[in-house]
Amino acid sequence: MIVLSKEKLPIQKEQDVVLFRNRIKELATKIGMSLVNQTKLITAASELVRNMLRYGGGGITHLEIISKSSIPGVRLVFIDEGPGIKDVTLAMKDGYSTGKSLGLGLPGAKRLVNEFDIKSEPGKGTTVTIIRWKNGL
Amino acid sequence: MNKESAAALKGKKKQILESWMSNQLQDAALRDDLISVSELQQQSEEFLTSLLKAFGTSQAEDTESAGYEPIHDILNEISITRARQGFSPRETSSYILSLKEVLSQVLEERFREEPAILYKEIISMNKIMDSLSLLTLETYIKGREEVILRQTNEMSEISTPVIRVWEGILALPIIGTLDSARTQVVMEALLEEIVATGSRIAILDISGVPTVDSLVAQHLIKTVSAARLMGAECIISGIRAEIAQTIVHLGIDLTNIYTKATLASALKMSFSMLNIIVSKGSQNNQAISKQNLGF
Repeated sequence: MIVLSKEKLPIQKEQDVVLFRNRIKELATKIGMSLVNQTKLITAASELVRNMLRYGGGGITHLEIISKSSIPGVRLVFIDEGPGIKDVTLAMKDGYSTGKSLGLGLPGAKRLVNEFDIKSEPGKGTTVTIIRWKNGL
Repeated sequence: MNKESAAALKGKKKQILESWMSNQLQDAALRDDLISVSELQQQSEEFLTSLLKAFGTSQAEDTESAGYEPIHDILNEISITRARQGFSPRETSSYILSLKEVLSQVLEERFREEPAILYKEIISMNKIMDSLSLLTLETYIKGREEVILRQTNEMSEISTPVIRVWEGILALPIIGTLDSARTQVVMEALLEEIVATGSRIAILDISGVPTVDSLVAQHLIKTVSAARLMGAECIISGIRAEIAQTIVHLGIDLTNIYTKATLASALKMSFSMLNIIVSKGSQNNQAISKQNLGF
């Protein structure tokens, strides 16, 4: 896997989310991703970035264009230093929420992307990595 | 900064003020359309008095010390007013920088015979003035940010009109990101209008919402439930193909809510819910209605 471009964007307040989504849209358009896949990626990113703001107190995001066997894709990494998630398996269940939300953020985001990885350590923070390939279903 | 230079500057206060004013007035960047000369004169005199007083204190080089408090206040006020009045950053910081020039001249005259001291004093004065000029810039940006924040708030209010499309039918086009604050504004506007018009149907059009994630969906569901409690049914329209797919993948349950792809089909649905029949007039009817209208 080759990383073609890389940038960082800090997320500290709700207004940053709009800028972040626009940036992803630019990257996805650049590699020629279809509108449906773009929307899926942006929605997944939107869910994760909201989680980061709400539970992790903000953090930093990495936006990368990657390529594997000459198929391009967008990889997004969300890093926060918040309280972390106690039970990741439980958090990945539909309808589970410690806040008052629908509890679809994490599992929904996983369904919207091709690759999803979550690492969390209580007290240290959470890192989520997602990849959406250009032609991935 | 030593006592001697502070005293020297204090002694030449009048001269400093005069050259500083003439510097400011000569400066091409001065916006005499935004600030009057007498206002500027008063502002500058007030500032210079406090500054020279602070130079005389023992902590003259520490711009965070108590002696500089009145100066901070004056600078904050100047920068914020200038930011609001539309001065550029260069124009704002040239206020302090033009004073720096005058102060160096006075120091140069006083210590002409002692270059070592002159050098030291100039450096020290520069340090203070630079730190103050950074302060003006910082405050200037803060002032501008306030303006932006105010505009954001204004925008969220103007972009939520509730439209009466028919007797008993309201439409609410939502444009832009639907965050918590926005939802509050939208919901209030909608509920108030439902009461005021006694409408039975409200159409929420989300054609202009770029991303529908679970939070946006939750806000929509809340708005629909609130409207239902008041006896009005909601139809969500403007669901684009890619958004429909995304909602399904996210696992959001919208089965209890009427949804339509376009505003037109939502309107059609409301007509049938209210038993309103809208039909195309035949040639015959048209002739009659034209007659009635006096054509």
